[in-house]
Parts: sequence; structure tokens; C-alpha cells
Amino acid sequence: MTIDTPTRPIASPVTVARTGRPRRSRTALLPTAVLLLGAVYCLVPTLWILIASTKSRSELFSTATYLPSFGSGLVDNIADLSSYDSGVFWHWMLNSFLYAGVGGFVATAVSAATGYAIAKYRFRGRSLLFNTILAGVLLPQVVLAVPQYLLLARVGITDSYAAVILPQLFNPYGIYLCRIYAAASVPDSLLDAGRMDGASEWRMFSAIGLRLMAPGLITVFLLQFIVIWNNFLLPFVMVTSDDKFPLTVGLYSLLRHGANQASLYSLVITGTLLSVIPVIALFLSLQRYWRIDLVTGGLK
Amino acid sequence: MATSISRRGRRAGHSRLPYLLVLPAILLLLLFVVAPGGYALFLSFQQRKVGGGLLGSGSRTVFAGLDNYSTVIHDTELWHSLLRMLLVGAITVPATVLLALLFALLLDTARARLTRFARLAIFLPYAVPGVIATLLWGFLYLPATSPIGGQHLDYFGSSMVYVSVANIAVWGAVGFNMVVMYTSLRALPPEIYEAARIDGASELQIALRVKVALIRPAIAMCTLFTVLAALQLFNEPNTLQPLSNAISLTWVPLMKIYTDAFVDSDIHLAAATSVVFAAGILAVSVVVGRLAQTWWGAAGAAGKEGR
Repeated sequence: MTIDTPTRPIASPVTVARTGRPRRSRTALLPTAVLLLGAVYCLVPTLWILIASTKSRSELFSTATYLPSFGSGLVDNIADLSSYDSGVFWHWMLNSFLYAGVGGFVATAVSAATGYAIAKYRFRGRSLLFNTILAGVLLPQVVLAVPQYLLLARVGITDSYAAVILPQLFNPYGIYLCRIYAAASVPDSLLDAGRMDGASEWRMFSAIGLRLMAPGLITVFLLQFIVIWNNFLLPFVMVTSDDKFPLTVGLYSLLRHGANQASLYSLVITGTLLSVIPVIALFLSLQRYWRIDLVTGGLK
Repeated sequence: MATSISRRGRRAGHSRLPYLLVLPAILLLLLFVVAPGGYALFLSFQQRKVGGGLLGSGSRTVFAGLDNYSTVIHDTELWHSLLRMLLVGAITVPATVLLALLFALLLDTARARLTRFARLAIFLPYAVPGVIATLLWGFLYLPATSPIGGQHLDYFGSSMVYVSVANIAVWGAVGFNMVVMYTSLRALPPEIYEAARIDGASELQIALRVKVALIRPAIAMCTLFTVLAALQLFNEPNTLQPLSNAISLTWVPLMKIYTDAFVDSDIHLAAATSVVFAAGILAVSVVVGRLAQTWWGAAGAAGKEGR
């Protein structure tokens, strides 16, 4: 259901039976231990970056790696990063939110309209359109980044916000999910009743369809938000002026400059930490709205 | 679903709304998928010729036929980059799917503890962009800063680097796939296991024989997504490149395309490579999608909804 799936009620008396207690508690130890190992594997890089960002430049290479520094390292590092190139880092952060927020929102609106139309109407070219969209799911957008650049360069609109957002508005997977979700959550009888009452088709889409599809649309939005937030190649080829970089491209360029200058490592480390925080916060705060079961198209 | 559409469809067919609703998607599809594809195809049949003879220096664009494609086919560096991508994929795909399945099954184990914490922790890397993940791991690998023995073990060594790159991709992908599989497991009615329990099957046997079989569609879907991601390998090696001598500028196909287009400024060759690469990816993903569907009875991306 959500990531935070509620605990299933105890299945049967057989599992709770208290016979053979020692053996059962032994079998539960191993799964827990393996899960904790997995958690450690996933958390260690983030924890290390948190510790490393508390260190000053000289401490970074001299002190024990897992010991945080309690000096003014973190504050200094953030101040250094904020003043780097007159605060361009915060520009990157805003750009990332702009690209992912606007792109995710419009892509979701387009997906919702298309998915609803395919699920709820029979019109000419419907199956051709849907099959084309399915093919689009299988053709990764990243492969198109360089051709998209070549075309937009021809038209002369590269190095703009539009050049990063526009190519990411068509989201075949989102349309596919919206189609399933519209079919499952918007009952035809409700639309028929609306028609009897003389409601316009548009009103039924905007007032009934969109409202009933809302939980699915949040999932589609979050998925596309993450795709755009995580995208690197497209902004990397499209944007050349550093005040239009998203975080991914910005930190990468910082690393490239810093590859020969160990003094920039502290900046990259601190920037990496600060860039991870907002999305994790977004995820934790939205996790109850976000329905992973939709990802496989499985609906009850 | 199919019947309800046809029953009502005729009446609603008078409305122009469905066409208006799909119009934005069609325009975007034409402008940002079809047009770039067509333009890349067009560019791929051209070449820049450095003008000799009467005009002296300077260059002009001429029709080149299949010359660029011949260059692509005979480009050993491209084939090597393809091999390196496959090698990394040979680690990432099984490792991601199997680890995700393992964690999902463990989360579903009745008496496992701390599952909520483990689930969140393992899922979190999904929210970390590939480039940022690579920066994180890059510092863990880098001898000067490594807390995981980079001083003794060369994570950027010529063969170790495949594992290092694959590890970053697995780290980022396991959690998402785990949650997809775990969600499928939670959707199964618990009564299903009763019969197996009464027959004296252990939790392990139930997990391997019953649960895995029942969530095959989710496993197939995850496999397809992981294969697709493996074919697009770019962010991790490209970001590690400044740190590692073992990674060249043309290490994987997408890096090769990028280098052709932006370092060597040969957009015609880059266009031809893009066309070949996109066609190859589409072919592979269609085949994998079909295989997943037939082997696992998948309701995956290309599954039942297409009918």
C-alpha cells in the first residue's frame, strides 16, 4: 500500500503457538540481522558524508574517518559553500526544485488527461496512441537527450529553463499508470449519471475524474519529481551557464573543478549532504500519500 | 473494463473532449520524441567535409549515405563500451533483483524485528540522485578519504572498478524494488500459507516456494526496470571519471555518444550512434519485456493492459 504498510494482523493461531519457543526466536534473529545489515549498507554513505561535513579542510584528511569533529567545521563549510561563486549553490537547489516541481506537476496533468481519455473514451487512434505510449515506456528518455539537444540547438533554445523542463513533460509511464488508475477508480455509472444530469464532459473530467484519481496522481507526481530531480544527462547537455544548473550538474561541475584541488572536496561533501536532505524530508513527509502498489499496476 | 468502454463509448464519442485531452501528450510526443528522433536520423546521414579545392579551407555538410553507420559498426571503442556496460549490468541486474527480493521476504517474515526502520533505511537511497550517490561513494572509495579501506584496496583498479560502479547502482535501486516486491507480498491473503503450514512447511520453504511464486509479476516488472536502467548506465561512471584513471571518457555507450557530440564535436557520428543505440535498447527491452511476460506471467509494463 504505502511504504509504511500497516502490520498485518496475526495470521493464524499456528504462527502464534508458543510451542518450540527457542527455535522460533532463533529463526527470527537471522532475518533481523540481515535486514539491519542492509540498513547499514544503505545508511553508511549518508552517515559518512554527515560526519565528513563537520570537518574542516585539514581535518578531512587527517582525523579518524568515523569521528565527527565538534569544532565549527560544519558551519564554516556551509558558509564557504554559500559564498562559493556568490552563492551559486543555493541557486542550484532552487533550480532543482523548479525543474522537478514544475516539470512533475505539468507532466502529471498531461498524464492524467491522457490516461483518463484513453480509459474512459473510445475515439479514433486510441489504440495506436496507447501502443505508441507503451513503446515509449520501453525507450528510456535518457537515450533521447543528445538528439533532443541537437534539435533544440537547431531552434536555438538550449541553455534555458524551458530546454530542461519541456522534454520531461511527456511521461509515458505516468500515462500508463493514469490509464490504469482512471479505469479502476472512476466508475462509468457515475459518469453516466453525470451525463443524465446534463454535466459537460469537461466538467466530469475536472470535477469527478481528477478528484477520484487524486491518490494515483500524487504517486505519478512523486515518481516524475524524483525522475527529474535525479536527471543528470539532460540538463548536463542542455545547460551551459552555471546559474541554470540543477544540483546534480552543479555538484558534478564542482567535483570536476575540485578533482585537482583537494581544498574543494569539503565544498563538494557539504553540498552533497545539503542536497540529500530536502528530498529525504519530502519523502518522509509524503510517504503516507504515496501508493507503491500502483507502480506494478496492481489494484484492488 | 473493456465492455464498459464499448457500451458507453458510442455516446461519448460525440464529444470532442477526448481529443482535447490527449492533444498535449501527442504534441509533446511529436516535439520531444519523434522530432528529435527524426532529426537525429537526418543528421546521421550527413557528414562534415573539410572543404578542399576551390573554396580552400572551411567545411560544408554533405550527404554521407551510410558512412556514419559504417563508422559506428567498425568502431571498436563503441563495442568495448557496450561490453563494459554489459559487464556492469551482469552484476547490477541480478544483485539488485535478488537483494530486493531477499529484503522483501525478510520484511514479510512474521517475527523479524525493526522492519519499519530497515524498510525506510533501505528505501532512502532511491531519493538520492545517481550523481550524488556517486559522489558519496566516490569519497568512500577515494584513498585520501576512504573509511572502507580504500588505502589498501584499489576501488578504482581496472577490474575492481566494475564492482565499484555496479555497487553504486545497486545501492540506489535495491530499496525501490524491495518496496515494490514487499507491497506485492502484503497484498497476498495470509490464508494462502495456511495449507503449507499445516503440511509442516517451514517459514523458509513457504518464502521460497509459495511467496516467490505468487509475486512473480512484481519480480518480472522489477527485472525489466533494472535491465532498462542498466542499459542507460551513464551517471555513475561519468561522475567517477575525474577520480579514476580506469574510467575513460568513452567508458559506456552514452559517454561515448556524449564525447562524440561535445568533445569531438562530431554531431553526425553522435547522431548515428544515438540512433543505433536507441534501436538496440528498444529491441532489448521489447525482448526482455516479452520474456518476462511469458516466463513469469507478468502484468508488467508491456503486459495485460496492451490488449
